[in-house]
Amino acid sequence: MNGRVLVITSGKGGVGKTTTTANLGTALAMLGKKVVLVDTDIGLRNLDVVMGLENRIVFDIVDVVNDICRLKQALIKDKRFESLFLLPAAQTKDKTAVSPHQMRNLTNELRQEFDFILVDCPAGIEQGFKNAIAGADAALVVATPEVSSVRDADRIVGLLEAAGLKDTQLIINRLRPKMVRKGDMMDIDDIIDILAIELLGVVPEDESIVISTNRGEPAVMGNGSLAGEAYRRIARRITGEKVAMYNLEDNQNIMTRFIKILKLAR
Amino acid sequence: MIDFIAKFFNKDSSSKDVARERLRLVLIHDRSTVSPELISALKADLIEVIQQYMDIDVESLIVNLENEDDTMALIANIPVRSLKRVVNI
Repeated sequence: MNGRVLVITSGKGGVGKTTTTANLGTALAMLGKKVVLVDTDIGLRNLDVVMGLENRIVFDIVDVVNDICRLKQALIKDKRFESLFLLPAAQTKDKTAVSPHQMRNLTNELRQEFDFILVDCPAGIEQGFKNAIAGADAALVVATPEVSSVRDADRIVGLLEAAGLKDTQLIINRLRPKMVRKGDMMDIDDIIDILAIELLGVVPEDESIVISTNRGEPAVMGNGSLAGEAYRRIARRITGEKVAMYNLEDNQNIMTRFIKILKLAR
Repeated sequence: MIDFIAKFFNKDSSSKDVARERLRLVLIHDRSTVSPELISALKADLIEVIQQYMDIDVESLIVNLENEDDTMALIANIPVRSLKRVVNI
């Protein structure tokens, strides 16, 4: 097998890298792909809790690169999906516990076993970022429609380019269609114009993400979550399928739709 | 203050337009200050091209990006020693 290594990055913290990694990984596994999620946020690991796998950690990424255990021993198998695995970050070490060279070796080893290797990158542009992108074939840059996030995303795009990573796509997260309609939030075109990179998908702001994270069950597992649906679509695009962009105008509640119909009828 | 109130009531400049404009300006600055590597790569290429046409003083060549308000200019100072009689292209 010759898997693809995708790094999920953003520069700014709190924009949804870990949520995106968990949901895309789960959605790819639901499509029958063999997937491993790699948490590189050493010292601040969280992908395990978002996935609901925190109680099953024995070894971690630092143990693997230091040959304290074999790779297979550190991989946690997700019981809900046959083909989904997690390689957790270490919680007690820091970012220097892994080097870019070790990351390249690790991802190359994972390529043999998996279709997709999703690397959850820590916030920032220091060592942790350099480690996370070291073995990647492509990058998914997550940005929210806010000045601070878009600015940091621009910096990240520049750094990825400088590192020779040319395959970079954008995921716009936490978009609020209502605010966009009122002109109080940058829209998709504004952000693409500024960053000048290809758009992979748009995920709307959705309370169900909070709920699914509370439970440790990625939103893509359930029905009726808008964000979950958006992530499932992005996952299909990653596999090469052409999927229409999610129509955010449709994401109105029944009341708004009803009013709209009344207005049309008049 | 009056400006602020006027802006507040003026529907034409919605907050997203303000965001976009501010981002545009800040990114011009960010991008121009990002990498000394870019400048040195540009310098090397410039030297290579110009040397096909003239003999220049590579040591005292200066290339800089300069910002003024919201415009950016590439300023290059390239001392010429002599022109070449034959141009090899």
